[in-house]
Amino acid sequence: MNKFAKWGLTLPATIAVVLLLVIPVVLTIATTFGEPKGVFSTYTAFFNSGFRTNILYRTLRIALITTAISLVIGFLTAYVIAQMPGRLKSIAIIAAVFPLLTGVVVRSFAWLIILGKNGILNSSLLSLGIISEPLSMLYTEGSVIVAMVYLFVPLMILTLTGVLEGIPRDVVEASASLGAKPIATFFQVILPLAVPGLIVGAVLVFTGSFTSYATPQLLGGEQMMMMGTLLYQRAMVTFDWVGASTIAAIMVVITIAIVSIMSRIARRLNPMAV
Amino acid sequence: MTARIHPLLGALAILVFLFLLAPLVIIIGASLSNTTYLTFPPQGLTLRWFANIFEISAFRNTALTSFQVAILGTGLSLLIGIPAAYALNRYRIGLPKWLGTLFVLPILVPEIVFGFSLLKSVTIGMGLPVYPSLIIGHALLVLPYSVRVVGASLASFDFSVEEAAISLGCPPLKTFFTVVLPNIRAGVIAAFILAFITSINDVSISVFLTGPGISTLPIQILAHMEQFFDPTIASVSVLLMLVTVGVMAIVEMTLGLTFLTK
Repeated sequence: MNKFAKWGLTLPATIAVVLLLVIPVVLTIATTFGEPKGVFSTYTAFFNSGFRTNILYRTLRIALITTAISLVIGFLTAYVIAQMPGRLKSIAIIAAVFPLLTGVVVRSFAWLIILGKNGILNSSLLSLGIISEPLSMLYTEGSVIVAMVYLFVPLMILTLTGVLEGIPRDVVEASASLGAKPIATFFQVILPLAVPGLIVGAVLVFTGSFTSYATPQLLGGEQMMMMGTLLYQRAMVTFDWVGASTIAAIMVVITIAIVSIMSRIARRLNPMAV
Repeated sequence: MTARIHPLLGALAILVFLFLLAPLVIIIGASLSNTTYLTFPPQGLTLRWFANIFEISAFRNTALTSFQVAILGTGLSLLIGIPAAYALNRYRIGLPKWLGTLFVLPILVPEIVFGFSLLKSVTIGMGLPVYPSLIIGHALLVLPYSVRVVGASLASFDFSVEEAAISLGCPPLKTFFTVVLPNIRAGVIAAFILAFITSINDVSISVFLTGPGISTLPIQILAHMEQFFDPTIASVSVLLMLVTVGVMAIVEMTLGLTFLTK
């Protein structure tokens, strides 16, 4: 009875994931090796195309910069939130959760209004006399990065607030009572203890921005394509399904590599897990 | 941990919160502007852009589709996710470890790759119509919430209570509904909310699974923006923010928002 129950209860979810996710994704990747020109011909085509490799490098660069900025901003903000008294802390958490739960289209759209040619930033800079004609800020790497940071900072703040709250008070007090200055406590006690959490946050933000679609679509346009928008364009505009599958395969491999390498590093660096 | 905050650090945090909230305030302002283009601060106040949403049938239809897909997809994911979460926690030792990983795969696989693969294999390969494909895609997308969030609440459930009920003669299924389920109610509600909001905001899967007459609200917003850049989009965004407010109110009432930092 027990044996039947434990397998039977997991069966529907297992079948659903295997049949509708694992097999379709494996098939997508498999089709890239079935080309008459050779097993790896679609990959040589991808990496020989300056246009496509540029997009790959741009995507990696944007994801990396977004992750770095989000880490710094998110960690410092989470540190402040963790010290706040109860009521203020709840308000701060609400202020971070609200954008997080608001859709990516809405949040990216906000930056279209701000950064557009007739946008708020241009018109304020013009009226202040700082610039004499509107700047083209949209459809640049910068605009995509700003919107991505905006997208992922709340996630980082919430992840890291949880991590910092989990650091035992005794450890911080012990450091202070042994004579460490606050700044030394921060760098020598709190930061090392937060490293596993920082890695989790970094992985979430990196994979999220590396595979994003809506934000580069809105703020990058045709000029600043990323892997996600390139995949969509190949699949639904030019109907080059093998090309799109190749992009999909590259995205899957990079994502899995990052997740597994970083979680291994996180395990090794965790000072509490001895 | 508690320590004193350097004033510079405090100032930085205030700037970060301004950065987080100002764009949303700008959207609200732009939605009220009595101009045919998007601008902030609003020039003249009007609610006509909100009225305009309801006049455009594409917004009405896609909003309805989004809502249906979110409810059905989330429901489906809970239907298969709760039993799986139960088994993973109840028979922890007897089940292989990879099973737990399998159920979070939808988070690990890039969403856009999943959407594309679903279109290729399920919608076109298996000939499934767009609407059920959309529901299946969303159900799988949110399955990790059903398994993990419900699982977290099962992890703190004392299964000896269940055993007591069964040994006193209560049938297993009835025990589940009258003993186990009431105890993990908070987890189920949380899973539902997180799944619902994820589904309703989804772009990367839905963008592949739209057909003649079927599309979701976020996709419709993207399509509308390519043609018109008027305050209608801002007012739709405000309505979506109201959905977020509603969701947060439910989370606060059931679990407390600090739940989200755990």
